[in-house]
Amino acid sequence: MAHGHTNTEARAAHPQASALKTGLLLTLLALLLAAPFFLYPIFLMKLLCFALFAAAFNLLLGYTGLLSFGHAAFFGGAAYFTGHAVKVWGFPPELGILLGMAGAAVLGLVMGLIAIRRQGIYFAMITLALSQMFFFFCVQSSFTHGEDGLQSIPRGHLFGFINLSDTTNMYFFVLAVFLIGMALIWRIVNSPFGMILKSIRENENRAISLGYSVARYKLAAFVMSATLTGMAGGLKALVFQFATLTDVTWQMSGEVILMTLLGGIGTLIGPVFGAGIVVTLQNYLATSDFPVTIITGVVFMACVLLFRRGLVGEFYASRIGRSLGFNPEK
Amino acid sequence: MTASAQTQSQPRVVLTARGLGKTFGGFAAVSNVNLDVHHARIHALIGPNGAGKTTVFNLLTKFLQPTTGKITLLGTDITHTKPDKVARMGMVRSFQISAVFPHLTVLENVKVALQRPAGLAVQFWLPLSSLDRLNGRAETLIDDLGLTEYRDTRAADLSYGRKRVLEIATTLALDPEVLLLDEPMAGMGQEDVRMVADIIREVARHRAVLMVEHNLSVVADICHHVTVLQRGEIIGEGDYASVSQDHRVRTAYMGTED
Ligand SMILES: Nc1ncnc2c1ncn2[C@@H]1O[C@H](COP(=O)(O)OP(=O)(O)O)[C@@H](O)[C@H]1O
Ligand SMILES: [Mg+2]
Repeated sequence: MAHGHTNTEARAAHPQASALKTGLLLTLLALLLAAPFFLYPIFLMKLLCFALFAAAFNLLLGYTGLLSFGHAAFFGGAAYFTGHAVKVWGFPPELGILLGMAGAAVLGLVMGLIAIRRQGIYFAMITLALSQMFFFFCVQSSFTHGEDGLQSIPRGHLFGFINLSDTTNMYFFVLAVFLIGMALIWRIVNSPFGMILKSIRENENRAISLGYSVARYKLAAFVMSATLTGMAGGLKALVFQFATLTDVTWQMSGEVILMTLLGGIGTLIGPVFGAGIVVTLQNYLATSDFPVTIITGVVFMACVLLFRRGLVGEFYASRIGRSLGFNPEK
Repeated sequence: MTASAQTQSQPRVVLTARGLGKTFGGFAAVSNVNLDVHHARIHALIGPNGAGKTTVFNLLTKFLQPTTGKITLLGTDITHTKPDKVARMGMVRSFQISAVFPHLTVLENVKVALQRPAGLAVQFWLPLSSLDRLNGRAETLIDDLGLTEYRDTRAADLSYGRKRVLEIATTLALDPEVLLLDEPMAGMGQEDVRMVADIIREVARHRAVLMVEHNLSVVADICHHVTVLQRGEIIGEGDYASVSQDHRVRTAYMGTED
């Protein structure tokens, strides 16, 4: 981030921008800490799960340039794995989530190995096909309980003594997992490895000619994205205390693409906002007579047409954003 | 680095191609090309547009799989080697359309090349500041190629000529044994051409350079050996003086020059 500008004016604006960013992040954090006392906690927890899902998805789309149309397999798959581990095997919640992540990682490795050498739309199609295969596996398999889903998953006791049946406790647990997930994504993006991912996204052939085995880096990014998606999926199973087929459908893969594009790819916080907007819309429209999918579809079309970079991306690129020293490209 | 005692007498062959050919559908873009590229020599590959020069580069660096023939790099058969492996073995190419990482700065572009040999490419758990120790070497390269004042400029904002220079800097960061440059001076002003020619001459003191170039005065000036390609086949070879006398070459290509 430190060398993003050509002129001294923009460079001088940098400390201001990072101070502003820190300020915004702290405000956001304060809001998240205070939110459960003002808003419906289940809604907030759902929002955080999807925000993490979208951010994990964006690690692949925004920072590696790969459009996966199969991320529901990792999200819904991890929900089943975590649910099963907690309910049937009696795992504590933290281990349940870790197991869900491990399961998503294995799924990601298998899908990635098959898909990673395909380019563009073929990559999207193969990931879609593979996730549909996983969907049918879930329909048939006994441990998912088919159409019924895995019901009444216990939330259990965190570290054996914090009772997560208490909604406030659960909320802060979800918030903590969300923050850990976001921190991991931030670290990956801003690391030596993240630099190579960026260069692959920018010019794949050049990266190859510099000796990088591009397919391996992409595969690693794919598995990381799947694992972090699994973190969100496992968390969601504990929040709602069930895991169903809904989360492994292709519509779920589409929804996360929508959230990410809406908020803006290539920014860390964009998908979080995108998820917030979509989940909020769904929540309020669910109780009204409007058809949810049509409204979200229209909002999505309008945003994509009006704000090519997504909401956060457009803000970074706007006069205000630029004058504050944000760099829309990073 | 690789300079050996015998370089003045008989430079060793570092890259060979035998019977190299490539067909696209039924169309033979390259056929029966034989090449010997020597250490510490600048070898030019010239020929009219569409002659197959870029395709030869793509074959040698394995971005394309040859239909026929055999390629040897530093004594190893690389006919079936992957392109990234070829790069790691010491043959690095540039592209005809300038290939930089547009949204990275000049410094970051060079550092991306340095990361792999420095073993700092897979660490997803380290902060970006762990790459600071590459700054010194990257800045030396940037200074050597006259890009000092553009260190923090995004590559996309550089002039065309400077993008090409940055590409060479990035390539040199890998310290390759064999350098393949596809029209490194195309679209440059006279001054930049001089500077880049000097850079190439300098780097070729310790490495082999194979370059595609249309500027024949540069070829005459800095290249030791010239291979002329037409419709995918070699129609002339030798030093510039003899090649430019060859009547097939003159009619095919250079007739337009004088
Ligand atoms: N990937 C490809 N598919 C089909 N034809 C190609 C491909 N690459 C090059 N060609 C053809 O091969 C011929 C040689 O092209 P090229 O190597 O780019 O020539 P040069 O670099 O000498 O101008 C041209 O006729 C071009 O159209
Ligand atoms: Mg060419």
